[in-house]
Amino acid sequence: MLTRVVRVGRRLWTAWDADRGGTVLLVLLAGVAIAVPALNQLAPASSALHLSTYSLSLIGKYLCYAMLALALDLVWGYGGILSLGHAAFFALGGYAMGMYLMRQIGSRGVYGDPILPDFMVFLNWQKLPWFWVGFNHFWFALLVIAALPALLALLFGWFAFRSRVTGVYFSIMTQALSYALMLAFFRNDMGFGGNNGFTDFKDILGFDLHEDGTRVMLVVVTAAALAASYLACRAIVGSRAGRLFRAIRDAESRARFLGYRVESYKLWVFVFSAVLAGIAGALYVPQVGIINPGEFAPINSIEAVIWVAVGGRGTLFGAAAGAVLVNYAKTYFTGALPELWLYALGALFVLVTLFLPRGLVGLGASRRRAVQAGAAAPVIWALGSHVGVSLGSKLK
Amino acid sequence: MLGTELQVERRRLLDRTERSGRRARPNGALWLPSLLLALVVFAPHALAQSRDEEFLAVLGELGDASFLDKEHIVERLSRSGHPSTRAVLTAFLEDRLYVRAKDRKIVIVKSMDDGVAPFDLVDPVSLQDAGSGARDEVTRIGTNNRLRKLLKTTVARFDLSSPDPAVKLAAVQEMLRDLDQASIALLGGRAGVETDAAVKEEIETGLALAALDGGDPRARLDAVATLARRLRPQVRNRLAGVLEKGADGNFVEPDEKVRQAAAAAVRRIDRSRALYAGVETLFFGLSVGSVLVLVAIGLAITFGVMGVINMAHGELMMLGAYTTYVVQLAMPRHIGLSILVAIPAAFLVAGLAGVIVERTIIRFLYGRPLETLLATFGVSLVLQQSVRSLFSANNRSVETPPWMSGTLQLNDALAITFNRLYIVIFTLIVFAILLVVLKRTRLGLDIRAVSQNRAMAQAMGIRTGWVDAMTFGLGSGIAGIAGVALSQFTNVGPNLGQAYIIDSFMVVVFGGVGNLWGTLVGGMSMGVVNQLLEPYAGAVLAKIFVLVALILFIQRWPRGLFPQTGRAAESQ
Repeated sequence: MLTRVVRVGRRLWTAWDADRGGTVLLVLLAGVAIAVPALNQLAPASSALHLSTYSLSLIGKYLCYAMLALALDLVWGYGGILSLGHAAFFALGGYAMGMYLMRQIGSRGVYGDPILPDFMVFLNWQKLPWFWVGFNHFWFALLVIAALPALLALLFGWFAFRSRVTGVYFSIMTQALSYALMLAFFRNDMGFGGNNGFTDFKDILGFDLHEDGTRVMLVVVTAAALAASYLACRAIVGSRAGRLFRAIRDAESRARFLGYRVESYKLWVFVFSAVLAGIAGALYVPQVGIINPGEFAPINSIEAVIWVAVGGRGTLFGAAAGAVLVNYAKTYFTGALPELWLYALGALFVLVTLFLPRGLVGLGASRRRAVQAGAAAPVIWALGSHVGVSLGSKLK
Repeated sequence: MLGTELQVERRRLLDRTERSGRRARPNGALWLPSLLLALVVFAPHALAQSRDEEFLAVLGELGDASFLDKEHIVERLSRSGHPSTRAVLTAFLEDRLYVRAKDRKIVIVKSMDDGVAPFDLVDPVSLQDAGSGARDEVTRIGTNNRLRKLLKTTVARFDLSSPDPAVKLAAVQEMLRDLDQASIALLGGRAGVETDAAVKEEIETGLALAALDGGDPRARLDAVATLARRLRPQVRNRLAGVLEKGADGNFVEPDEKVRQAAAAAVRRIDRSRALYAGVETLFFGLSVGSVLVLVAIGLAITFGVMGVINMAHGELMMLGAYTTYVVQLAMPRHIGLSILVAIPAAFLVAGLAGVIVERTIIRFLYGRPLETLLATFGVSLVLQQSVRSLFSANNRSVETPPWMSGTLQLNDALAITFNRLYIVIFTLIVFAILLVVLKRTRLGLDIRAVSQNRAMAQAMGIRTGWVDAMTFGLGSGIAGIAGVALSQFTNVGPNLGQAYIIDSFMVVVFGGVGNLWGTLVGGMSMGVVNQLLEPYAGAVLAKIFVLVALILFIQRWPRGLFPQTGRAAESQ
């Protein structure tokens, strides 16, 4: 009995020691999943502990951003592929969810058409375009949420990695892709609501989106999805393929000369990352209640990169933490000092790249290492001198 | 119009002489010279005065004349030779000739409107302001169709004998719009004596158009031959009309030969017009491409030569555009000159900003291109927000200097706007200067040396830090110059840079990084392709097509149109 407890305890300790940050993240997410329903549903509205609807949607939003950051960190931090198109995958997932939510409105729209969403009635469309068919089923929407970003990433990545478009070029190409998609979605003829996108959603799976209960559930689901994606990403980077992925980041040609198919490793991680971003977007849309072509804007992708950079790339949990921290700062600044927000964000970009190349996590890690090194130094020195002395005495 | 102004000017001159003459008279000691002076000054004036009276008398008859009488009066007026005749007749034609009830005096109303405010009146003889009159105090002198036709011909005849070719040309073109027997006769009379080539061609066109309706097949054939060399749609449609069948199923044109000639002429005109339309699209494309080259060429230095992904490039252009705005504020009276002053000013402002950014941030990041992307993006946010704080978030209006507006009409099928022409020329000049700086100066040599092998350049004694700062400053300064050009085409606001940043990166990557010629060819061809696609796909879709085509192009040729070869390529 005792040995079993010790064994479990030791295993837990090793897990904690191997990934302290990740464990903290998972514990925090579990905390969110418990505290949010409790504080919103159980605490009375008058109480100081009560979580307002506004805070609910903020927390949900941050968690979605954290998931996007996680996806980006996987390809950038571990593969050295700086994608400036992840906002596009995020927005595509969001649009797929938005289409489902639009179909759920049914005849409750302003024009009361049972099939056509309002903007189509407004544009005088007679019937639903073919690519809208099926979105009245939730499972179909889920399928598209994952499949659409995956397909785009597969297509784009297959071309790009095969012809060895790397580094800066890849970044610029993804940015152009995202920009082209934004321009396309701005067009009314595309059938995605043009400039205004989708909004005014009513319910999801029969639950009213304006109810706090539904929102609490969405936050819990998002937290769970984030935890699951974290575990999946950790599994990937910990696997043999993950190690190879890092090897490709550090020396692509060498990995290729060793006989590995560099392109396919990059491609599959890229596609997985795009799917994660798409799911994050799909979770984002019902919580903020709107999706429009602005989500494709290249600046959104770049902002996601800065979340990762601030948190610490190549750490996964750092990226998630960075997303939450930067966005919390954004909410605070745009509310309290709107003039200063862009200055602050701009300074953040510059300072982090100049002084914190490993992000906030790097800051913590280097301090810990310094502390450990500081504590260990006398011992090593003592050991070394002792060995040296004994060696010296023997040599004499 | 120019003619009447001159007349007014001459009258003023005469008035002044008259006044000085009067002042001279009382001086008794100078009576002889005064008399001589009076003779010199008054003799023509007296003549003019009697002509004024006669003119006024004839004009006065208009008040109660019948339409037939009015025609005679118009004839007499046109023969009077009085300098105000044309103005009076034009006013008559435009229904602006009125008679005042109280003194039966004829007056011209300055401008017609539907309001109730009193009319501004003009004296028909002196053509000077004659106060104003309430609307119920004056009665319009009526015209009918016949009279208007006569007036039109008479005014046209006046214009045709004007010394100014532009006035003549306008008159002929006005007549061509609606040819009648009288105008044809007038043109026929003028054809032999006209010396100005453009006017002559216009008259020939008119006569040929008229001859197509004539009875003589030979004349019609000649007319078709003349018209075949014209490009105007009006002429083409008239010739196409020759080929049509009437209601009775027979050809409008009975002569087979004329029909064949007309068909050939229509084909010829269509071909030429299509050719010129192609030339126009090409030119539009080149001008759009010039803007692309201009915005990308600074980036070709900072990104292409130095390897810095300068996301603040757009904001440096924005600085240039705002510099133009400030320069215009500083010299509001010399808008035409302000642009020329703004060019070096923008170069200095943006260049200085670039040097500061390079020395404080970028120099710590060489060799880490993705990091420069993030840091310069931060710089771009700060620059945007500072402009917003300094000038407000609203767009500022930058005026276009007068010499940049207007069109150059090359022929009836091809017109080129000056601003497009200037942007092409300007881009080529900037490109040439940049090329000379890089290939023929000491700084250019240093820049190339540092970009090829930094360590070796340093070992040879080149101050690489200084060269880096200058290179980045040069690229940024060029971005500032591009901003001056952009201020003439788009809104000058804090977001000006963002709209161009992706385009400029695409141009540089498409052309081949580190190759200025590639940037030129890449930008121009992107502009032309965009312009070719636009009629079929619309502006936004054309842009999307170009972006997607570029993405595919880069997959096939990852190093652009003109890839770097040799060792420089390996290091990237």
